[in-house]
Amino acid sequence: MIPAGFEYVRPESVDEAVSALAEAGEDAKVLAGGQSLMPLLRMRLAYPEVLVDLDRVAELREIRDLGDALFIGAMATHHQVMRDPLVRRHAPLIAQATATVADPATRHRGTFGGALAHADPAGDLPAVALALDAVCNVRSARGSRDVPAADFFVDWLTSALEPDELLTGVTVPKLGPGWGTHYEKFHRTAQSWAVVGVACAVRRERDAVADVRVALTNMGAAPVRATAVERSLEGVPVSDGAFRSAAEHAADGTAPPGDLHGSPDYRAHLAQVLTRRALTAASAR
Amino acid sequence: MPRVRIKVDGVTYEDEVEPRLLLVHYLRERLGKVGTPVGCDTTNCGACTVLLDGLSVKSCSVLAVQADGREITTVEGLGPGGELHPMQRAFHTEHALQCGFCTPGMIMASIDLLRENADPSEAEIREGLEGNLCRCTGYQNIVRAVRRAAEEMRQAPEREVTS
Ligand SMILES: Cc1cc2nc3c(=O)[nH]c(=O)nc-3n(C[C@H](O)[C@H](O)[C@H](O)COP(=O)(O)OP(=O)(O)OC[C@H]3O[C@@H](n4cnc5c(N)ncnc54)[C@H](O)[C@@H]3O)c2cc1C
Ligand code: FES
Ligand code: FES
Repeated sequence: MIPAGFEYVRPESVDEAVSALAEAGEDAKVLAGGQSLMPLLRMRLAYPEVLVDLDRVAELREIRDLGDALFIGAMATHHQVMRDPLVRRHAPLIAQATATVADPATRHRGTFGGALAHADPAGDLPAVALALDAVCNVRSARGSRDVPAADFFVDWLTSALEPDELLTGVTVPKLGPGWGTHYEKFHRTAQSWAVVGVACAVRRERDAVADVRVALTNMGAAPVRATAVERSLEGVPVSDGAFRSAAEHAADGTAPPGDLHGSPDYRAHLAQVLTRRALTAASAR
Repeated sequence: MPRVRIKVDGVTYEDEVEPRLLLVHYLRERLGKVGTPVGCDTTNCGACTVLLDGLSVKSCSVLAVQADGREITTVEGLGPGGELHPMQRAFHTEHALQCGFCTPGMIMASIDLLRENADPSEAEIREGLEGNLCRCTGYQNIVRAVRRAAEEMRQAPEREVTS
């Protein structure tokens, strides 16, 4: 199908982009890689009056080393992120999870920021951002603000962004020595979305778990931290048994969806299995 | 209406386009390049895959205005003077198609795959083509064709696909 008509704006800087959004008001939409938005426009599930295309805002594509953190520009493509040496070195969880997103052609266009702003509960990168305690950097004509990942994903396809706000990038704290990470995704066919995914980061001190973070994809309307798993592992000696019994709490307090890919019960079971696998893989590094 | 300048298969076109015009519709309906088909509304099938500045994209998910100043290669631009590209020849030799609807996208995605990995394993080929759906072949012959083309292209001198 063909999208409904819209006015097209192509800013070349962040300043131009935020003033275009301020001017257009509620009826504007940002176009990033278009890999989620274009199908919505084509099916006329979205019909903005104004489309603000970030494709030519070069400053938003940058990935920078901030010392104790990385800055990943919102328009860095999945293709760029999964190959970037800084990301691979300091945030390998992001590189690993991004390589599981969609397919090569989709990854050439789709962006890191778009995947977060879209806030799809089945998207892989929101849970990854949550597990890494990333901070979303937001700009508008009114000013700028930082939103922790824990507050950014509000509901199904709903982020904390206001209509006039732009996600400019994400600040990802570097994990120091002793940390290992892993993303475990279960999907039924190539290219398809996660039925459930688990993003995990573990810091070992000698043979015990010193720090652990577990975030779940597609176990509710927004990504969630498996806090019961995290609590039951702090300070515990690393062992298969410890991971197995902690992982039994993976679905505690979640409200997983039921759809043609799986019932809520099935997803709860998957969350336990995948969490055990993710913990094991993350702590082996 | 925005004015665009787009190089397609080696020829530069200047046109006025409505912003909502999809690149795939521009190629098919304005330029008559119907070698690039449309198979879905959801950016899933990959039938419409072309190269944008050398990288594969699904041309149903790109606006024609976004291709302004860029270079597009479609399946029609692969074989100068009617000669077949090694990938096209391999699809023919290995019977890698039945109805042929997915074939242009498969060929463009396969060329993109070999650009990054000149000697892919069977698993790497399957992964590289995961964005392209074929409803007929069961993929076996497609994988064989890509292996054959890879071998041929490694032996033959480097060949420019973005004209
Ligand atoms: C076939 C296919 C398979 C896929 N499989 C997966 C998968 O397995 N896992 C997965 O995680 N994703 C998957 N995706 C989605 C992919 O990751 C998209 O790249 C992502 O969802 C959206 O990114 P985008 O840059 O294309 O954003 P767009 O589609 O351009 O935008 C998406 C939304 O976010 C808003 N937005 C985008 N950028 C900004 C910004 N900087 N500031 C404010 N708002 C913004 C837009 O207004 C829009 O509402 C798939 C997509 C396709 C087509
Ligand atoms: S027509 Fe473009 S992906 Fe199906
Ligand atoms: S040959 Fe018919 S869809 Fe692939």
